[in-house]
Amino acid sequence: METYYLKAHELKEKLIKKEITCTEITGDIFSRIEEVEERLNSFIRLEKERALSRAEEVDSLIAGGGRVDDLTGIPVAVKDNICTMGIKTTCASRILENYIPAYNASVIERLESCNYILLGKANMDEFAMGSSSENSYFGPVKNPWDIRRVPGGSSGGPAASVAAGEAVCALGSDTGGSIRQPASLCGVVGFKPTYGMVSRYGLVAFASSLDQIGPFTRDVEDCASMLNVICGYDENDSTSLNTKVPDYKSFLVPDIKGLKIGVPKELMVEGVDPEVKEKVFNVIKLAEDMGAEVEEISIPNLEHALSVYYIIASSEASSNLSRFDGVRYGYRNADAVTLREMYRKTRSEGFGDEVKRRIIIGTYCLSAGYYDAYYEKAQRVRTLIINDFKKAFSKFDVLLSPTSPTTAFKIGEKIEDPLTMYLSDICTLPVNIAGLPAVSIPAGLSGDKLPIGIQIIGNILREDNVLRAACSLEKAIGFTGKPEL
Amino acid sequence: MERISKDDVEYVAKLAELEFEEKDTEKFTSQLDKILDYVAEISSVDTGDVAPTSHVLDIKNAFRDDEPKESLTQEAALKNAPDEADSGFKVPKID
Repeated sequence: METYYLKAHELKEKLIKKEITCTEITGDIFSRIEEVEERLNSFIRLEKERALSRAEEVDSLIAGGGRVDDLTGIPVAVKDNICTMGIKTTCASRILENYIPAYNASVIERLESCNYILLGKANMDEFAMGSSSENSYFGPVKNPWDIRRVPGGSSGGPAASVAAGEAVCALGSDTGGSIRQPASLCGVVGFKPTYGMVSRYGLVAFASSLDQIGPFTRDVEDCASMLNVICGYDENDSTSLNTKVPDYKSFLVPDIKGLKIGVPKELMVEGVDPEVKEKVFNVIKLAEDMGAEVEEISIPNLEHALSVYYIIASSEASSNLSRFDGVRYGYRNADAVTLREMYRKTRSEGFGDEVKRRIIIGTYCLSAGYYDAYYEKAQRVRTLIINDFKKAFSKFDVLLSPTSPTTAFKIGEKIEDPLTMYLSDICTLPVNIAGLPAVSIPAGLSGDKLPIGIQIIGNILREDNVLRAACSLEKAIGFTGKPEL
Repeated sequence: MERISKDDVEYVAKLAELEFEEKDTEKFTSQLDKILDYVAEISSVDTGDVAPTSHVLDIKNAFRDDEPKESLTQEAALKNAPDEADSGFKVPKID
């Protein structure tokens, strides 16, 4: 049996019934990794020995009557911008090639406390900047459904690993769609929680007002299990929400009778593939059949979302990435004679092109004479977008849209044209601008056998509606496809 | 319309402590010009007296009590240092 394709809740049952051991689960996953990793490049670093010895410890705990929680003994891939104590955390950048964190991110501490198994650090776009996972110092990630295509990004490694059976679950980060878009392109579930629900402590910052950590899983139930573990207040993150964390699994009720679903017409227009649109219409039909009330809605200021996003994200990035100066950690140019020369050579040699582009745009937008016209203006339009969403959620419980306007595109297809690449996040980035929770679930395959995802967006802290809609539609869609590798 | 010139890119690169080879400056200038031309569309949005967003949630001044807590040891903090001397980070001559 292909245990590496089982879901976490299925493995939990088997662990409880003693039909399988954690060592077997982990061993099977590593055999799978050895079989396919060369073709996919999902990981920057594997931690096989550590994982197997941890698995043995977990087996002894279970044998000794220890509790089997939802993620106990479950092999997880972690995006390489999340700090793991004693294990290199590179952000797929040359500048952090040798960085070994002295502490764990808070999400890692939370996973440790339920005895998960860390498989390794997953590949990504450098500093999470990109939509294709081609901007990695360690080479591009390939889509398991067609290795000539991108897996999406920036969390391409986490998405590909879960889709290919190289991990049961994964952790990623989402600044403008970096969890949902690759989940869509790889045919898995990807969730971005409400801003502030998951601590960002130990997540290497890209755009602090937009970044949020979230899970990749093979179904919505596992997604809720992951949320139960990673969500919660953390005093080490000043933007962490001090609010009660619900039991996300309690929202997995496959019943959407009477649920009000809005379909923003601004996310269904030009640039969206006819095949993708068709899938969204299919899902709308399924929702209606289940008794949901679906209606088209206009969110007029969404047309400015891409501009607002790139100004704000780049501005925050230019500020956040100023810490990489070769002084305290990471790469340093060894030949520089003066401090300033060292800064400049270190940063110029350490960062890749996309990172440099965003630093330049951000620095420009924040510089004297341009701040008001770009950065402050963007923050004002951001308020308008937030207000538009508030209005939409006074009428609707959730919003439904494509996750990505297209299926997975070819490696190299968009890399020379940044603006076209940015457009792949057009449906996902409005969610980050407003701090909303949203999920991408698989809606089926295109004619050429590539996954298509749909996005379900909820109001602030209304993960309940998102999960209820997601588990209902997941059941109605019945997607069971797996890539042929 | 040209929104950003090669000189602008060189100036901003200096602010950001980056330097480019001539051909990269040219490539970046044309790419950045396209991006800025696109995002400049927001100048036409009527924002009237709409306040800029400072935080998407209603959180203000998240302070904790001012009590000393355990922090990283000096040894751990210096572990990733490219160069160190006398328990500090060593850098080239400050110009």
